[in-house]
Amino acid sequence: MSVAKPLPHDAAKLHVTGAARYVDDIPTPRGTLHLAFGQSEIAHGEIQSIDLTEVRRSSGVTAVLTADDLPFDNDVSPSAHDEPLLAEGSVHYVGQPIFLVIATSHLLARKAARLAKIEYLEKPSLLSIDDALAANSRFEEGPRIYQKGNATNAIKQADHTIEGVIEMGAQEHFYLEGQAALALPQEGSDMVVHSSTQHPTEIQHKVAEALGVPMNAVRVEVRRMGGGFGGKESQGNALAVACAVSARATGQPCKMRYDRDDDMIITGKRHDFRIKYKAGFDAHGRVSGVDFIQYARCGWAQDLSLPVADRAMLHSDNAYLLENARIESHRLKTNTQSATAYRGFGGPQGMLGIERVMDHVAHALGMDPLAVRRANYYADLPAENAGASGGSLTGKMKSQTTPYGMEVTDFILHEMTGALAKAADYETRRLAIAKWNAQNPILKKGIALTPVKFGISFTLTHLNQAGALVHVYSDGSVHLNHGGTEMGQGLFLKVAQVAATRFGIDVSAVKITATDTGKVPNTSATAASSGSDLNGMAVKAACDTIRARLIDFLVGHFGVAQEAIVFDNDEVRIGDKALAFADVAKLAYENRISLSATGFYKTPKVAWDRIKGEGRPFFYFSYGASVSEVVIDTLTGENRILRTDILHDAGASLNPALDIGQVEGAYVQGAGWLTMEELVWDDKGTLRTHAPSTYKIPACSDRPDIFNVSLWDRSNPEETIYRSKAVGEPPFMHGISALMALSDAIASCGESYPSLDAPATPERVLKTVERVKHGI
Amino acid sequence: MSRSIDIKLRVNGENVSATVPARLNLVDFLREELCLTGSHVGCEHGVCGACTLTVDGDTVRGCLMLAAQANGKEITTIEGLADSGQSTALQAAFTKRNALQCGFCTPGMLASALGYVNAGGAADRDAIRQHISGNYCRCTGYQSIVDAICDVIEETRT
Ligand code: FES
Ligand code: FES
Repeated sequence: MSVAKPLPHDAAKLHVTGAARYVDDIPTPRGTLHLAFGQSEIAHGEIQSIDLTEVRRSSGVTAVLTADDLPFDNDVSPSAHDEPLLAEGSVHYVGQPIFLVIATSHLLARKAARLAKIEYLEKPSLLSIDDALAANSRFEEGPRIYQKGNATNAIKQADHTIEGVIEMGAQEHFYLEGQAALALPQEGSDMVVHSSTQHPTEIQHKVAEALGVPMNAVRVEVRRMGGGFGGKESQGNALAVACAVSARATGQPCKMRYDRDDDMIITGKRHDFRIKYKAGFDAHGRVSGVDFIQYARCGWAQDLSLPVADRAMLHSDNAYLLENARIESHRLKTNTQSATAYRGFGGPQGMLGIERVMDHVAHALGMDPLAVRRANYYADLPAENAGASGGSLTGKMKSQTTPYGMEVTDFILHEMTGALAKAADYETRRLAIAKWNAQNPILKKGIALTPVKFGISFTLTHLNQAGALVHVYSDGSVHLNHGGTEMGQGLFLKVAQVAATRFGIDVSAVKITATDTGKVPNTSATAASSGSDLNGMAVKAACDTIRARLIDFLVGHFGVAQEAIVFDNDEVRIGDKALAFADVAKLAYENRISLSATGFYKTPKVAWDRIKGEGRPFFYFSYGASVSEVVIDTLTGENRILRTDILHDAGASLNPALDIGQVEGAYVQGAGWLTMEELVWDDKGTLRTHAPSTYKIPACSDRPDIFNVSLWDRSNPEETIYRSKAVGEPPFMHGISALMALSDAIASCGESYPSLDAPATPERVLKTVERVKHGI
Repeated sequence: MSRSIDIKLRVNGENVSATVPARLNLVDFLREELCLTGSHVGCEHGVCGACTLTVDGDTVRGCLMLAAQANGKEITTIEGLADSGQSTALQAAFTKRNALQCGFCTPGMLASALGYVNAGGAADRDAIRQHISGNYCRCTGYQSIVDAICDVIEETRT
């Protein structure tokens, strides 16, 4: 059986020899042209005149397009139709594409793009959360509010209360491969597009609209991305559409890739958030009421901000049963890049809000934050209860619901936390750190254990569907296609393992093929961690259709009972006879049995009303917990992570090697978000940190000195593909333990609560240390 | 500005002569003129390490060197390393340890790792981490990459 094996990444051999092709590596036909955007230099204003004379005259330039030259739809937004490919009259952020240069090389296009003379009538720009609030500049008519019980009363009646605010910065995806697309005009008015995208169907849709053709005239292919992390869910639209309209205008193939600076200046990032909180609690740290106000800085266009902000609300309970909770969410419109999907999709921000509350409560009571966390956990799924989240509860378990009314019936964090605290020696280390801190005036250590409960499914219910296409050839080799895209997460291999298992063949006999809108239509983005859940099931359905046909045929042909047929070990056992799988395929072909099938899957049980904030947005939850230990220098603010231990729930893992890799990478990325990655805009709205020279992502020397990751290998109570769980996003939030450990270290410098904001750069750590030392 | 320069160099063991614009950088020359697309471009200013390759045995950034500066030199890209078998052990270890996800950093990472191994670097995790800190990987969290390099050193020296 191929599933559950720690097989190496299917493309490993190609990667280590340099043979793996990304969009920019695809050999292009002669005469391929290259594109670059001319960008707005101001954050907000009207364009009064555009003089492109010098641009057109520049060496290598074939053509220059503005909004007026676009014959059909000028829009690259994934949702609200509010994001023109090229600005129409007004500009809304520094970097917004205004015109498009088509030239004979990438460099010449970029050079020419700088030569425009544009006059603007500058308008006041809203850059910060405060600016937007003051101007009441927002998406949706007012804040969204979800609530359960009566938070205000509960807080009023509580023995103890706290109040505070946490700011958390944005984050650049820094996929190592920048955005890229290539459009190849075909006969008639057809177009083939190669794009580095997580969402080929949306690219197809936007390109078709821009070309004024039906979707069937556009085919989009994605073999792989050099990282996505959500940054290629909608942000690839502009390049793909630019290539397609240019290819149409010139009749030549057109390619576009953003150089790193353009990529960082033009594309959206993780939403920065401010979360205000109030909580009431008792002497044991049990929280009776909590009130959150979340402010999300969404940038200039809506993009995916509504579901992102929804998901932040949906994770403001994290692992804690809150009987009285009120969550108010403001989606603020600013003159900055349109913030977009990023691993966790708002979940990390919402979760950080409640983790801050737990930490603050513990500080107020002088308790171990872990004790406060555990006192507030949902109850574990009883061992004998096979029920799953959202299902009805029978037996001993008391009903427990999230603030949005979903039953939590698959909780396992008490047990997991116990196991992790033991394995990581949490108690002993915490005591040792206290002792160490008492003896060391300059360096201070801190430790924190934080949990993760993350909801799995798209909250827009209809997106929870997937399709697959499977062919078995007469030599027994298998061609596999599905709607998911490969960005390094190993989705293709996991799904191939499923196919191999269904046919009882080795995974090497399954050809993994590029995602292609011509093979599987109407797909959802590979996002929300749902790739293997959805596509694995769709592939299983397709394989099972073929299997059923084969079984039917073999039963008739050999006169055996259905139960006597077993697919295993590259063979099909038919009663006491065994045939190679390849021979069965050949025999079936000769007997005119169809060996090709599509498969379809839709996630059961989910139904969600996002306006009311009611229903069951998630099929199930993924869990995990992590312990980080850090050290800070109280004179400089410098800090490092000394040790991290993670226990993560991947259900019955489809591939433990891939899953552990996801967890390790996600933690480092999550800790990067909260400790070192800092995006800085100046007062004109220009992003000053637009390259790795000024924007620091974790390097190898930044990862923890000791790093232990294990999987909690237990079946998902819900019927997912081989009872596995989604693993892309949930471990990102283990990074929260690094921030909380820094807070713990700082807390040892004085009496007051650190209220540490993120990213906790050395500068911010130092400032916070100073504040705590002076008791403010 | 558009001055061109004639260069002669060896790339992956083969003689190459070309006329290149004076400002063309080496990695663009390799990718665009020679179709050696295994060297990747991640930042174009020497920080991410995706373009790392070997020039006369030294590890260099292909985006910080001009093609013109490569005149008379011996260049080895990931394709050349793979063909010549120089990186066989590292390739196997990277595969086995799952030291790659999206793979975009892998060619540069292998070139840096090979530089470390060939210079007689020790199987010391701290030293390895320092050495490859100029190569960014956004996917793996580096753990498996350090493991893979350690494995190779331990296997070849025992
Ligand atoms: S592309 Fe050369 S170091 Fe980034
Ligand atoms: S594997 Fe994706 S950047 Fe390293």
